[in-house]
Amino acid sequence: MTSLTLVRRIAARPSIVFEALTTPDGIACWWGPDGGPVLVAETDVRVGGRFRVRFRMLDGSEHESTGEYIEVVKPTRLAMSWRWTHGGEPVEAGEESRVEIDLRPIDTGTELTFTHSRLQTEASRDSHGRGWSGSLDKLERYLATRSA
Amino acid sequence: MVKFQGSQLDRTFAALVDPTRRAILARLDLEGSVSIGELARPFAIKLPAVMKHLDVLGTAGLITRSKTGRTVTVRLAPEPMKEAMDWLRRYERFWSARLGRLAAYAEAEEAKAGPMKTVEDTP
Repeated sequence: MTSLTLVRRIAARPSIVFEALTTPDGIACWWGPDGGPVLVAETDVRVGGRFRVRFRMLDGSEHESTGEYIEVVKPTRLAMSWRWTHGGEPVEAGEESRVEIDLRPIDTGTELTFTHSRLQTEASRDSHGRGWSGSLDKLERYLATRSA
Repeated sequence: MVKFQGSQLDRTFAALVDPTRRAILARLDLEGSVSIGELARPFAIKLPAVMKHLDVLGTAGLITRSKTGRTVTVRLAPEPMKEAMDWLRRYERFWSARLGRLAAYAEAEEAKAGPMKTVEDTP
């Protein structure tokens, strides 16, 4: 209930998907939730190393998330803590949520299983207006007016 | 209004963190209204502990209680649950869109890398 799991099949070998998930160049190409640019992507891909990614959404708002790599098994598994931050500092106290990604080789490439758990913290943060959901609201309204 | 919705979402998710409370909600969802005695029966915990869970659920607005004679029955209040589910769906769309972009990028990289090899490239 407080976690989210998504499974996706990707026509690329696990090592390429792993690179896309962990290298700054890769992250810059997909991390933003809409067409907005990724402004900062830093990764130190080892257990105990940290990542920091900052992106701008099409509505102009900027968001940053950081976390620590908890498990790094190249090219099959990544687990990391996750929180929204501003200039490297947490926007609000509270437990970190957790992201886990498993990459399983299949005939056509890779089956990716994505799990974001301990989401009650993210919901709480969002509800105080400091997550991304305010921006998503604006974006959805913007897209709705454009397609209307 | 936004503030109110926010604290409601907090309370809903805080209430949902506990597996016993989730089990209670699941049962209410299946059976409609259930008396507190009936509700306590399947759980390996004492009635006062169940009452505490019901208090949390009540404060979060997830259940309503009504009394008929000596029997108190509990019923699911769907609105806050709906709000929490809406939030989760938004979160799902957010990540789903990202993973779509990740897949497109990885597939383009795969195309550049040439035919898939049985042995991984050495770095």
